[in-house]
Amino acid sequence: MESATVEEAQALCFHCGTPAGNSDIEVDGKPFCCAGCKAVYQILSANQLCQYYNFDPNPGITPSLHAAPRFEFLDDPAVIQQLIDFSDGSATVLTLRIPQMHCSSCIWLLENLHKLDEGVGFSRVDFLKKTLLIRFAKQKTSLRKIVTLLTSLGYEPELNLGSIQKKPAQAMNRSLFLKLGIAAFCFGNIMLFSLPEYFAGSRADFSSRSLFGYINLLLSLPVALYSSSLFYVSAWQGLRKKIINIDVPIALGIGVVFVRSVVDVLLATGPGYFDSLTGLVFFLLIGRLFQNKTYEGLNFERHYQSYFPLAAAVRKNGDERTIPITSLRPGDRMILRNNEIIPADSVVMKGSARIDYSFVTGESNPVTKVVGEVAYAGGKQAGATVELEVIKEVSESKLVQLWNDFGGSERSKSRLLTLSTSIGKYFTIAILMLTAVTVFFWWMVDHTRILNAATAILIVACPCALALAAPFAFGTTMRIFGKRGFYLKNAGIVESLSKVDTIVFDKTGTLTQTFHSSIQFVGMPLSEKEIRLVASLARNSTHPLSRTIVEHLAQKDLSDVHSFEEVEGEGIRGIVEGIPVQLGSSNFVRGKKPCDEPETTETRVHLSLQGEHRVWFSFENTYRKGVTEVLSHLGRKRSLMILSGDGDRERERLQSIYGQFADMRFDQKPSDKLAFIRELQNAGRKVLMIGDGLNDAGALWQSDVAIAVAEDVTSFSPACDAILEGSSFGMLDRLLEFASTSQHVVYASFALSILYNIGGLWFAVQGLLSPLLAAILMPLSSISVVIFSTTAVRQLAKTKGVI
Amino acid sequence: MSVIWILVGFSVAVALGFLIAFIWAVRTGQYDDKYTPSVRILFEEEKKTSTFNQQNSTKKEEGSAWNGDGNRQVR
Repeated sequence: MESATVEEAQALCFHCGTPAGNSDIEVDGKPFCCAGCKAVYQILSANQLCQYYNFDPNPGITPSLHAAPRFEFLDDPAVIQQLIDFSDGSATVLTLRIPQMHCSSCIWLLENLHKLDEGVGFSRVDFLKKTLLIRFAKQKTSLRKIVTLLTSLGYEPELNLGSIQKKPAQAMNRSLFLKLGIAAFCFGNIMLFSLPEYFAGSRADFSSRSLFGYINLLLSLPVALYSSSLFYVSAWQGLRKKIINIDVPIALGIGVVFVRSVVDVLLATGPGYFDSLTGLVFFLLIGRLFQNKTYEGLNFERHYQSYFPLAAAVRKNGDERTIPITSLRPGDRMILRNNEIIPADSVVMKGSARIDYSFVTGESNPVTKVVGEVAYAGGKQAGATVELEVIKEVSESKLVQLWNDFGGSERSKSRLLTLSTSIGKYFTIAILMLTAVTVFFWWMVDHTRILNAATAILIVACPCALALAAPFAFGTTMRIFGKRGFYLKNAGIVESLSKVDTIVFDKTGTLTQTFHSSIQFVGMPLSEKEIRLVASLARNSTHPLSRTIVEHLAQKDLSDVHSFEEVEGEGIRGIVEGIPVQLGSSNFVRGKKPCDEPETTETRVHLSLQGEHRVWFSFENTYRKGVTEVLSHLGRKRSLMILSGDGDRERERLQSIYGQFADMRFDQKPSDKLAFIRELQNAGRKVLMIGDGLNDAGALWQSDVAIAVAEDVTSFSPACDAILEGSSFGMLDRLLEFASTSQHVVYASFALSILYNIGGLWFAVQGLLSPLLAAILMPLSSISVVIFSTTAVRQLAKTKGVI
Repeated sequence: MSVIWILVGFSVAVALGFLIAFIWAVRTGQYDDKYTPSVRILFEEEKKTSTFNQQNSTKKEEGSAWNGDGNRQVR
C-alpha cells in the first residue's frame, strides 16, 4: 500500500509535469493532468514530433483553455503591417515574443514549426531574448493561423500594444564587439612590434626601428579613432552637463598618449606608448562589455501599453469585427468578454459589468457598473460579455493621462550620484593640479623635460584600473544576484542599492504571496463524502482558486462529474454521485439573493450542495516565507514603511510580524503612493520601493531604486530597476547587505589602483617614465584590479551565504 | 635583415585575415545570440528520424507498462 501511494505521487503529467493525480485523461498509456496537455500531445504525436519529450522531461506548458483568446484582429492588414519586420510579395518575416519558452525542447519544437504548418518556411529562436523569428509564405498560411497554432501548443505569443513598437536593440552591442575585436587585434600586433625596441637596446639598426614605429602608428589609428570613440562621447556628454565623469580623464589620457606617441615616432625621438595605449583601450572595453550584461529576456521598461491588447471587438452595422485599438473612435460599440481589458474610457450600454481595477488601483474586489455608468480604461471585465460605447480615444483615457502625469515613458536615471562619477571629478582636478605643479617645477629647473614630464603624468594617471574596478565588482555581483533570482537592470543598480536608507513595501503581492493563499472553510464541517464531491468537481476546472481547493482537500479517490459547466468569472457546477454541487461567487451559488455577509477584502468561494448553501471557503493571503526575518534584519539599519492599497485590516498582523515600521499607510491610491515617496525624498531620504503591480508603478518610478516582485519574472511587471523572484524574497536582506559588501570591495579596488597610480606618478613627475615601464605598469594594474575585484566579490559571496 | 620585411608582411596579412573574419561574424549577427546555437547544435539531424521512432516506441512501452501497473494497484 505504501509503495502504491509513492508511485501515485510520481504520476506526473507526461506533458507538463504537474501531478496528474489519478485523472482518467490518458493517451497511449501516458498520464495527463488536463485536457489541454492531452491536446498538445495529440497534435505533436500526430505530426511525429514526440521527440519534443526527449530533450527535457515533461517540458510542456499547459495551454490556457478557459479563456481562449481571439485572434481575428490578426487578419487585419493594418495590424499585420505593424507587427511584421519585413514582407515582400511571397515571404513575410516577423518576430514574436514568447515568454513561456524555457528549455531545449521548447527551442526544438518552435524551430520545427514548419512541420506543423506548411506555410512556415523557417523559424528561429533567440532563447535569451525569448523571441521567435518566423518567415512564412502569405499564400499558404496566415499570421492568425500561426499565432493560433502557437497558442494551442501553449506558446501564446505576447501580443499587445507595446509589441508593435520596435526597438533598435542590436546595433549598440554589435559595435561594442567590433570595437573590442579591433582593439584586441591592434594591441596584440603592436605588442609584437614593440618587443624588439624593448629588448634590442641599441643594437637594432635604425631602419627597422623606424619601420616598427610606423607600423605601430598605423595600427593604433583604428584604436584611437574608432575603438575608443565611446569614451570621447561619454566624456563630452558629461562635460556638456557640467559633470566631470570618469571618462574625462580617460579620454584626456588616450588623447595625450596618442598625440605624444605620434610626435615621438614622426620626430624619431622615441618609440611612443602605442602598446600602453591600445592595451588600455582593450582592457577598458572588456570592462564595458562585462558591465553591459543585461537580462534580455526581462523587460524593465514596461509601459502601460504592454498591458493593453492590440485589438478590440467592435459591433458595426450589426456585424462584429475586431479593429486595432488605436483606431477606436468615440461612439464605437465595443464588445468586452470575460477577462478582457477595457482599452478606452467608455459607457456601459448592455449587460452589467463587474470590473476588476486591481491593475489601476490595487483594489482587487471587482466593481459593478450598470448600464449608463462610465467604465474607465484599464479595468478587466470579470463575468459575462458586456457592450460598451467608447467616449474617449485610447490616448485620451484617464489611465493614459495618469501615466503621463508621472513622467511618461521613461524613468529618469537614478538620482544617486555614482561613486565613479564623484571620484572622477576629484581625480581629474588632482591630476591637472599635479601636472601644473610639475610643469612649473621643470620650467624652473630644466626646460627640455617639461613636455616629457607633463605628458607622462597624463599617461600614467589615466585611471584605467579605477575605471575597471566598479564594472567588474558590480558586474560579478549582478551575476551572483541573477543566480539567486534577483535580476538587475544594470550593474550600477548594485551601487544604488547600497546607498538606500528607507525601504517602502507594498503589502499585497509583495509581502504576501499571490497564488498561495491559506484556505479555510467557514460554516458547518463537511463530511468525508462531501469533501470528495467538492474535490471531484473542482478538479475539472483550471481556475487557480479551484486548484487551490483541490490541493487543500487532498483527496485521492475522486468521482466522475456529469453535466459539468464552468461560467467564466462566476463559478463551476456539476453533478457528482447524483448530487448537484456548485462552487463560485455568492451570486452564482445563491442566485440573486441579497448579500447578508459583511463587506470583506478576502476572496471567498461559496459552496452549495444539493441546492443548499453551505457557506464558503475563505482564501486569506499568506505572508511570504521569511518575511519576519527579512524585515527584522533590514530594519536594523534602515527605516521600513508599508504602503498599501488595501484597507487597514492587516495593520495589527503586520505589527505583530515586525513592530517598528516607521510608517504604515493604507487605502493608498497610486497617486498617493507616488506623492508619499516624493515627500520622503524631499526630506532627504534615499528610498527603495518594493512593489508588484501597476498600482505601484508611480511609486516605483519616483523612488531612487525600484524593485518589482514577481512570481514569474517573464510576466508583466511595472517599470523598475530590478526584478525579484517571489521565491527569493526570503533572501532580500542578505542580497541588500551584499550590495553594500560589494561597494566595499570597490573601495578596496580603488585604493589598490590609486597605489599603482602613485607609483607611476613617482616616475612620471621626474620625467623618467619609459615606454617599457608604462607598458608593464598599465596592464599589470588593470589585470590585478580586475582579478582582485572579481575574486573578492565571489569569496565574500561565499562567506556571506549569497552563493 | 631585409627578410624581416617579408615576415612582417606575412604576419600582418594573416592577422588581418582573422580580423576580417571576425568583423564579418559580428556583422552577420553571429554575436547577437550567444546561447541558442549551443542548444541547437545538439539536436539531431532529420535523417535519423527512424532511430527516434525506435527510441520513442521503447519509451512508450516502458511508460505504458509502468502506468498499467500503477493503475492496477489503485484499483
